[in-house]
Amino acid sequence: MIGRNSLFGPVDPAADAGYADPPARKGFFTDTSVCIGCKACEVACKEWNDVPENLFEMLGTSYDNSHSLNANQWRHVAFIERPGPAGGTAGQPGQQADLPRPAVDLGMPEMGAPVVPDEAKPDFRWLMESDVCKHCTHAACLDVCPTGSLFRTEFGTVVVQDDICNGCGYCVAACPFGVIDRRRGPDGAENIGIAQKCTLCYDRLTDGQRPACANACPTESIQYGDVDELRRRADERVAALHEQGIMDARLYGNDPNDGVGGTGAFFLLLDEPEVYGLPPDPVVTTKDLPRMFNRAGVAALAMLAGAAVSFLGRRA
Amino acid sequence: MSKPPDNRVVDTSTRQQPAEWSEPTHGGSPSRRAGRGARGGRDARGQRRREGVGDVMVPDAEFTSYYGRQVVKPAPWEHDIAAYLFTGGVAAGSAMLAAGADLTGRPALRRVARFGSIGGLGLSVGFLVHDLGRPSRFLNMMRVVKLTSPMSVGTWILTLHGPFAGLAFAAEVADMLPEPVRRGRWAPLVGLLSRLGTPAGLVSGLTAPPVAAYTAVLLSDTATPSWHSAHEELPFVFCGSAAAASAGLAMVGTPTSQAGPARTYAVGGAVVELLAERKMEQSMGLMAEPLHQGIAGRLMRASKVLTAAGAVGALVGGRSRAVSVVSGAALMAGSLCTRFGVFEAGIASAKDPKYTVVPQRERLDRGEPVRYAPPDRRGQ
Repeated sequence: MIGRNSLFGPVDPAADAGYADPPARKGFFTDTSVCIGCKACEVACKEWNDVPENLFEMLGTSYDNSHSLNANQWRHVAFIERPGPAGGTAGQPGQQADLPRPAVDLGMPEMGAPVVPDEAKPDFRWLMESDVCKHCTHAACLDVCPTGSLFRTEFGTVVVQDDICNGCGYCVAACPFGVIDRRRGPDGAENIGIAQKCTLCYDRLTDGQRPACANACPTESIQYGDVDELRRRADERVAALHEQGIMDARLYGNDPNDGVGGTGAFFLLLDEPEVYGLPPDPVVTTKDLPRMFNRAGVAALAMLAGAAVSFLGRRA
Repeated sequence: MSKPPDNRVVDTSTRQQPAEWSEPTHGGSPSRRAGRGARGGRDARGQRRREGVGDVMVPDAEFTSYYGRQVVKPAPWEHDIAAYLFTGGVAAGSAMLAAGADLTGRPALRRVARFGSIGGLGLSVGFLVHDLGRPSRFLNMMRVVKLTSPMSVGTWILTLHGPFAGLAFAAEVADMLPEPVRRGRWAPLVGLLSRLGTPAGLVSGLTAPPVAAYTAVLLSDTATPSWHSAHEELPFVFCGSAAAASAGLAMVGTPTSQAGPARTYAVGGAVVELLAERKMEQSMGLMAEPLHQGIAGRLMRASKVLTAAGAVGALVGGRSRAVSVVSGAALMAGSLCTRFGVFEAGIASAKDPKYTVVPQRERLDRGEPVRYAPPDRRGQ
């Protein structure tokens, strides 16, 4: 199924992969503005998918001890301490103000909003983001997989068939987000040597259930659903935040015209993507693949011609 | 609420990263902090050391990252993939030299080249299988033919090329058998092999160039900054390197009277490799930097010296057997250094977030993000 936009540009990934009448594309909208860093998503993911332990290590970088997405960590909550007023910036739409956002009255009986003197307020703000496989429209990992182990599901997601993967590791180098990885341990774990990543809980989706992480998220920071609907919701949310004066809010991965054709799992961020460890303008490597093969073809012909010329007029 | 600790922006790059089964080690420099002061003015400045950049001028880069950690993951490949780049090149060039030697009546050159061809292939397959996470599943490559996967394409190229190279080698061995054996009870088989040598060798030579060229696509078709950004010239570097190395092997093993074409091929390959490498570094921009630093920098410098010296030796010392042997060995060593240097530079570029973040941030700041334009709106 090679269509005009099979390597780059907006496309319905399931239809492009050959599904005749696929269900609506499914994905995540992760709204980091309401993430509280509880890591319930990490735990739920591990429990449901039987993901073995990640190496636990005190990195000394904030509260993040699961440190990255990898074969043993399919959801990863990033913790970023950014200098600046607590709670982010607030102001009128169209202007950037340095005022802290006022404390919100939660409606607790007899309590009211806490009164905190300015000097006791922290001079930094928390950014938290539950990161996950992006399930790209143009998934480099899937494109470069030489065994067909990685495949596109009917939901438009990307899944590894661990009984087919031979652990070549090509997908690891191809992913522009650094998500997929080859499992290296611990000893005795299943699928060592095999590429592993989020499946968007493929086994739950086929039963009409939500992915485990979205189910466990207590603040609906992780929203699961049809990608079209999630994109609409994300547009509304970012507009509402701008209305509240939080002009740092921006969407990441929601544009079907971007370098990976838009992602099935996209994000609302409160700072530049690289602050969260995300590439600011990722591009699927296979976008340039026709050009690469073209250049290699010319080089190969030149090598053959060179060999022929070397023997010319030199009959022994 | 208590005040946060003063060292809240902690530079992790000096710390030990998680051990081997969790995340590849990280190679950021201590001066690279999680901050890009220019934009927010509220974070530590990420300052870049200038070291060993040589003739490549790149502007100072300030960038933000997540505590200095890598964005893309380096390929989980050991050095046997770098070695494979070399042995595959030797195999490909040797197959072409063997076909040429066969057609022009140079039996000594043909013999060395056929041994180089099959030896290179055998080592290559060994390296490739050994590097799989599940070597027992090597044959799963044969489930599909996938044009979007250079590894799949390469597997099929090797599958097409290998049997003919093997047949040509078998013919060579048949010709080497002592006369009594050739005339004994296996005479029909020996005779058949001998007759098949030339056609098999020709097919092997004609299918060899893709074996040398595809490995450049294999590396470039990744998110590894210093491999992907090299995709215009890397095939020429690798093909030139393959020609130089295989011709170097032929110069080592063949009497000078028959090695003339190998010397020509060696000089041509070395010149293409050196020129293409220079052009490649210019077009890579910031991503050429890892080619000049650390182990990759030392390998690339050694590669240039060895390749140039080998080419000069092939050019002027062709009449001397001793000079030919030394020059041929230098060309092979130069090619080996090129392959390991490019390999190491790519791994280093993936481990440092700078090479992923800075080019992308710069094109965003220029207002030139990579976005799809419908065919009717292109070029406007």
